[in-house]
Amino acid sequence: MKQEKTPEQRQYEQKVNEMMPKSRTGFQCIKAFISGGIICCIGQLISDVGSLMFTFTEKSRGAFTSIVLIFLGMLLTGIGVYDKIGKFSGAGSIVPITGFANSIVAPAMEYKREGYILGVGANMFKLAGPVLVYGIASSVLVGLIYCIIYALGGKA
Amino acid sequence: MSSFTDYIWVFVVGGLICVVGQLLLSYTRLTSARILVLFVTLGVVLSAIGVYEPLEELGKAGATVPLTGFGHSLAQGAIEGAKNEGILGAFTGGVKATAGGIAAAVVFGYLASVFFTPKTKK
Repeated sequence: MKQEKTPEQRQYEQKVNEMMPKSRTGFQCIKAFISGGIICCIGQLISDVGSLMFTFTEKSRGAFTSIVLIFLGMLLTGIGVYDKIGKFSGAGSIVPITGFANSIVAPAMEYKREGYILGVGANMFKLAGPVLVYGIASSVLVGLIYCIIYALGGKA
Repeated sequence: MSSFTDYIWVFVVGGLICVVGQLLLSYTRLTSARILVLFVTLGVVLSAIGVYEPLEELGKAGATVPLTGFGHSLAQGAIEGAKNEGILGAFTGGVKATAGGIAAAVVFGYLASVFFTPKTKK
């Protein structure tokens, strides 16, 4: 009985190992690395080209790059391409700011049929809202901590 | 204009930040929304303790384009606000620094909903 089952089990184990995300994770990480890297390079290109066209301060250059990338993220989401990129790149398309744009545009489109105010307006930040909540709240906290440090005459 | 080596650093730094996200996604089963929240908060914290700034110098857009860079802008804005305007600045600084991106997200998100309809899922 034992001998009969072992090859099956082995086969099963082999199959499980094949399906296990371990090797896939490695491959997926490479894909995320490449696509994330490419998106960031596009960002750098936008920043460089923008600096040739306009006179930027350090801050406005960053804002310009973000705005253009958000626009691109919106456009690609709108025409349905971003989903396809996402399938290939995993986190490589979620972590960059274009993914943030995607997380706003996707529900905005989705809830259109529930109307522009309670549908689009209310649901647009369904995914991105938490990002702003935690991002802004923690930045205020940091600001307040620095206030105390400055008040105590700490390092600049 | 950035040199070719700059672009390599942009690629490597940006890519590696995305790999961190991918590892979280694969191993912890966190949803993408949670990862985004985690990354923006992480960006704020790393920026506050002064770790993100050198990363930005090295990786440029590779550090600013991922969502941790958004957190970095928020934190730097808040810190600068705190320095110049005190408590009021701590509140206004972060959003001020990222206002362009937030407004763009709102406007473009709305426009997308006007002009595009979601593709039917199979």
